[in-house]
Amino acid sequence: MDILRFITAGSVDDGKSTLIGRLLYDSKSILVDQLEALEKQSKNKNADGIDLALLTDGLRAEREQGITIDVAYRYFSTPKRKFIIADAPGHVQYTRNMITGASNSSLIIILIDARAGVIEQTRRHSIIASLLKMPHVVVAINKMDLVDFSEERFNEIKADYEKVAAQLNLANVTYVPISALLGDNIVDHSETMSWYTGPSLLEFLEAVEVASDINHTDPRFQVQYVIRPQTAELHDYRGYAGQIISGVYKVGDKIKILPAGIDTTITKIEVGGKEVNEAFAPQAAVLHIADDIDISRGDTFARADNLPKVGNEIEVVLCWLDNKPLIQGNKYFLQHKGRLLKTIVREVAYKLDVNTLERIPAEDGVKLNEVVHATIKTAAPLVYDDFATLSDYGNAILVDETSNSTVAAVLLN
Amino acid sequence: MGEYTLDYLEQLEAESIYIFREVAAQFEKPALLFSGGKDSITLVQLAKKAFAPGKIPFPLVHIDTGHNFPEALAYRDALAKEVGAELIVRKVEDTIKQKHLTEPKGKFASRNWLQIHTLLDTIEEFKFDACIGGARRDEEKARAKERIFSVRDEFGQWEPKLQRPELWNIYNGRIHKGENVRVFPISNWTELDVWNYIKKEEIPLPSIYFAHEREVLEHEGQLIAVSDYITIDETDVISTKRVRYRTVGDMTCTAAVESSATTLDEVVNEIMATRISERGETRIDDKVTEAAMEDRKKGGYF
Repeated sequence: MDILRFITAGSVDDGKSTLIGRLLYDSKSILVDQLEALEKQSKNKNADGIDLALLTDGLRAEREQGITIDVAYRYFSTPKRKFIIADAPGHVQYTRNMITGASNSSLIIILIDARAGVIEQTRRHSIIASLLKMPHVVVAINKMDLVDFSEERFNEIKADYEKVAAQLNLANVTYVPISALLGDNIVDHSETMSWYTGPSLLEFLEAVEVASDINHTDPRFQVQYVIRPQTAELHDYRGYAGQIISGVYKVGDKIKILPAGIDTTITKIEVGGKEVNEAFAPQAAVLHIADDIDISRGDTFARADNLPKVGNEIEVVLCWLDNKPLIQGNKYFLQHKGRLLKTIVREVAYKLDVNTLERIPAEDGVKLNEVVHATIKTAAPLVYDDFATLSDYGNAILVDETSNSTVAAVLLN
Repeated sequence: MGEYTLDYLEQLEAESIYIFREVAAQFEKPALLFSGGKDSITLVQLAKKAFAPGKIPFPLVHIDTGHNFPEALAYRDALAKEVGAELIVRKVEDTIKQKHLTEPKGKFASRNWLQIHTLLDTIEEFKFDACIGGARRDEEKARAKERIFSVRDEFGQWEPKLQRPELWNIYNGRIHKGENVRVFPISNWTELDVWNYIKKEEIPLPSIYFAHEREVLEHEGQLIAVSDYITIDETDVISTKRVRYRTVGDMTCTAAVESSATTLDEVVNEIMATRISERGETRIDDKVTEAAMEDRKKGGYF
């Protein structure tokens, strides 16, 4: 049994809350007391007297102010898998919410209202999925009950979306016709849509292969914390703790410590306090090396024949997440995993219209929810990979050094 | 499944260990809030692994309401000794006396709200900049929306609207003086994940988590242990039942469930079969209002 993390993109109008509620309800993740509470609240009674959308109902603060606080995480499991849903609300601040949720997911469900077909919002969700290199896309064509469960309509929307997917280079796109309201093709196969022979949504989520999404080819490890007990019996113990970001590390591997560029050898590996011969992504490990080198948090261990990039002038895509606009020339902190570097945003080349993919001039500044191509300069060399080739080591954030807020998601190029 | 795969518990463990190490690396004075319950016991086990063979590089802090199960206290002391961690205990009783706080009245008067005062005083006393807690997002809807690194102002308040976006596994722990961060390393675990992990790792638990005979009174369908901390009325029916605890909080606000499970396997089986949520079945404190947890968090609760 493993874990699938996915995000649902769509607004309430597309039936997103109903879909999540349906998944939780039909997979029997909703317990009796929660159901009783729901029955009391339900005005809109569908599935056995409850309104499934209420299962994802938010905080009182949100209801009172009519706002949605970005991402809520929901959990359910079947005998095959544990699922973590990043439930990002639609409408306002959508880009920010979606990027946050998508950054922690390996699959996205894009909801399309069968009556409306592919609309601007669908394109926006897809552009973000493509920008963040999401490995799996499910297009759930919802409200099939409102188009008479028409196979023709399904095929029409599918053909429309295939054009979008081709333009955005989205791989692994799966199409499922559903009715979240009635439960068709969510957990069980729809009886009314016998023309559809593919898996139900849950069957697909249970089966989609995600283990191979993790890169086990290019070894990347960043020192997170140095373990030095300095007790009598462990006087000489010095272990470098961190998560294996990608690839595999073996005892005896010749490695380079970056950015210093010093060569050494791995002498010992521990995982969870036990000695092992090798460790692989995404394990949390402790590595030991042969030489006495000055190493601190943020240093990268890579194999001499497979090196990441090292540089201090970097082209990036910035997704701006803060209410305060980006000020060109301002200093920020770049946080790349555990490494924190002073950074200047030097030049903003252009903005990307997330609805159309058009490049637009960035003269009037960069505001919340905008995506831009820019150049940054870091105070010391950054050790990183292209987001496009090794996303796990090609992502970072910008932190405002005065407010301490996380102001941007950074895709390194 | 290829050669290099982790099962779900190993994935969750790796994520939690990563979070623990971020705390140790980013903060000067972290503390692990330890209640004696299964979630904080799991935290200690994960912290041990994160820093092995070294010791856990921060103290265990227990905010003692004075209404604890004696079994949980004995377990707490033994565990702190075993892992060689410093144990800091601060008593709500003392805060009540010093600050002339008013104790809630009523049948099952709980010091849950008052705990916040002692917690904030303790943070102030030791200048803790990060407090690690065992809250899980599956427990409750306020928790479903809280970050893994949750920044609190100097009053300890959670402000849901001002949360920092949390991208990938990058945790921004930068704070201003006076603020502190609550960190929840097992945010992504469910109740069943915790039980399965305890089973897999063979982590010993306080005896009250297993079936035992206990004098209880039945109140609105929930079984409350008879203790000096609750008010017993003449009309109350007290009986001896075979029960276990599914969560361990205060004796005044934690209900027992009838059970015959005496081993971890049996407990896990019962939990898998149960159709009632953990908080719904066992926590009286959440029943006050629908937004009880949201309110407590905004007031500084963890």
